Amino acid sequence: MAENVGDGSTGENPQVDQPTHFEFDEQSRVAIDAHCAKYPPGRQASAVIASLYEVQKQMGRQTGGAWVPRVAMDKVAERLGMAPIRVYEVATFYLMFNTTPMGRYHLQICVTTPCWLRGSDQVEAACRKVTGIKGWHETSADGMFTMSEVECLGACVNAPVLQVDDDFYEDMDGPAVEALLAALARGERPKPGSMIGRQTSAPEGGPTTLLTVTE
Amino acid sequence: MLDDKDRIFTNLYGIHDWGIEGARKRGDWDGTAAILARGRDALVDEMKASGLRGRGGAGFPTGMKWSFMPKTSDGRPSYLVINADESEPGTCKDRDIMRHDPHKLVEGALLASFAMGAHASYIYIRGEFYNEALNLQAAIDQAYEAGLIGKNACGSGWDFDLYLHRGAGAYICGEETALLESLEGKKGMPRLKPPFPAAVGLYGCPTTVNNVESIAVVPTILRRGAAWFSALGRPKNAGTKLFCISGHVNKPCNVEEELGIPLRELIDTYCGGVRGGWDNLLAVIPGGSSVPLLPKSICDTVLMDFDSLRDVKSGLGTAAVIVMDKSTDLIAAIAKLAHFYKHESCGQCTPCREGTGWMMRVMNRMVQGRAELSEIDTLEQVTKQIEGHTICALGDAAAWPIQGLIRHFRPVMEDRIAAYKRGRSPAMAIAAE
Repeated sequence: MAENVGDGSTGENPQVDQPTHFEFDEQSRVAIDAHCAKYPPGRQASAVIASLYEVQKQMGRQTGGAWVPRVAMDKVAERLGMAPIRVYEVATFYLMFNTTPMGRYHLQICVTTPCWLRGSDQVEAACRKVTGIKGWHETSADGMFTMSEVECLGACVNAPVLQVDDDFYEDMDGPAVEALLAALARGERPKPGSMIGRQTSAPEGGPTTLLTVTE
Repeated sequence: MLDDKDRIFTNLYGIHDWGIEGARKRGDWDGTAAILARGRDALVDEMKASGLRGRGGAGFPTGMKWSFMPKTSDGRPSYLVINADESEPGTCKDRDIMRHDPHKLVEGALLASFAMGAHASYIYIRGEFYNEALNLQAAIDQAYEAGLIGKNACGSGWDFDLYLHRGAGAYICGEETALLESLEGKKGMPRLKPPFPAAVGLYGCPTTVNNVESIAVVPTILRRGAAWFSALGRPKNAGTKLFCISGHVNKPCNVEEELGIPLRELIDTYCGGVRGGWDNLLAVIPGGSSVPLLPKSICDTVLMDFDSLRDVKSGLGTAAVIVMDKSTDLIAAIAKLAHFYKHESCGQCTPCREGTGWMMRVMNRMVQGRAELSEIDTLEQVTKQIEGHTICALGDAAAWPIQGLIRHFRPVMEDRIAAYKRGRSPAMAIAAE
């Protein structure tokens, strides 16, 4: 179970293979400069979350698993003029930073009440069946999937929701999960959104309001 | 039923073009310069007269909040910060605004910032809304390119910059001062108030934090007038509101309706009714996970607005309606929320940090019935010791769902405990032999 408090997953875990070296690539460097430009002079620390995202994406590009190693946190601290501990605090406080190595796809199952009422247990069961993953934040033996429990994703009228990396797959059930994971394993990225063909958050069967709106 | 012509979010479902051309066809950015020309005080007065109450949960009058900002600068800049950290379980309305009607938010940001004397605004969007952030950023870029924002916005002489800032997965950052901490590059831990953000906010400067929906309705209110908006809804509960109806209804959806619509009408008209019919209803959480649930007897007649729901000891919150039919294990549903608050407590205040974990553990035993009857009272007392004893409202939010469960469904909890004792007693008898 992921915990916010006293989690201790700061990369201190001796089982985690921490790289000894990290450098921003050109893409990350340009992106971080652009993020810093959004804030007043001397307020570059505001770009810490954005910078950690860039690190995480770069690790995904370079290693196939999107996570933030300790040495990269130090690089972010150096770039933004922050004490390293302030960056560690941010990297471990916010759930979306992975501080341990990840599989190729990050399956994030919403388990909060609105999704649970609509069958998130089936989504979880189907993910476990396909991936063989027993716990939370574990990676499948083939390195393909890492599975996390997340709290409300904010797509509750399309519950249950399974987030894969940045994309929401909505109105899920067991068979839909199995089909999605099979497609991902083949290297395909099915179009996100409702899996039962709904028009986003409109009721099933099509909108009953805004019918007179034309452009 | 609200007429389409009175609906503000005309691309709620993303059927039409969300970009600038589509937005303009739907009336956005129409005469914005003329609205700005009315002057700062006129806009604040118009918003006060509209009766708009904040759409993020607390329901504080928006125009009044704006009027707290300093009229003249002491050298520090003023900021508008828009709270797009939509994370309250059940709520998914701001998501639709940002992905399908982003120009309403961008235009609203300009108008609101001007009304508060702010030349810069930040939108803090939750990290999980990655694709929504792409649309919103594209809308911001389009507005810059068209000269609608940036230097001399809309040719008004007012300079205005708008920036999008992504969060990274922390419910607490929806609390306005935690959001400001996070925006400054720190852990999202709420600040003690006072000083309030209007005096000392982002980077120590005067700041107003408004919800996405509150800002996105501003252009339409200023265009159509306060009288139009305040004529909708009910007295002191003016206007239209986005409702998110999830859970055990036949057709969950988002819909814009007038405040004060009866809950039953909302569910029957737009969601195809409760699964299995109205009589199969067990309870409704009417305003997002932080408000106490209501049993069917209250749902039969209650109106969906701030004051009506407060009168039945619940709240409109974010107008996220979570419906639960008779198949629901209510104790488990609330235990899930206890888990949520335990997970999302920032850990700063002891009553919340320790209390949310304690409540979750007791609730998990209550789900099984593995408890003593007297522990229901103990649990209720603990919720009262957490409520009101923390820096921010997360402690209250964690306490209220459990209080609602005990208030309305204590017999269900007692039955569960009795059933567990019955189930266990033969085994104990055997063990004793």
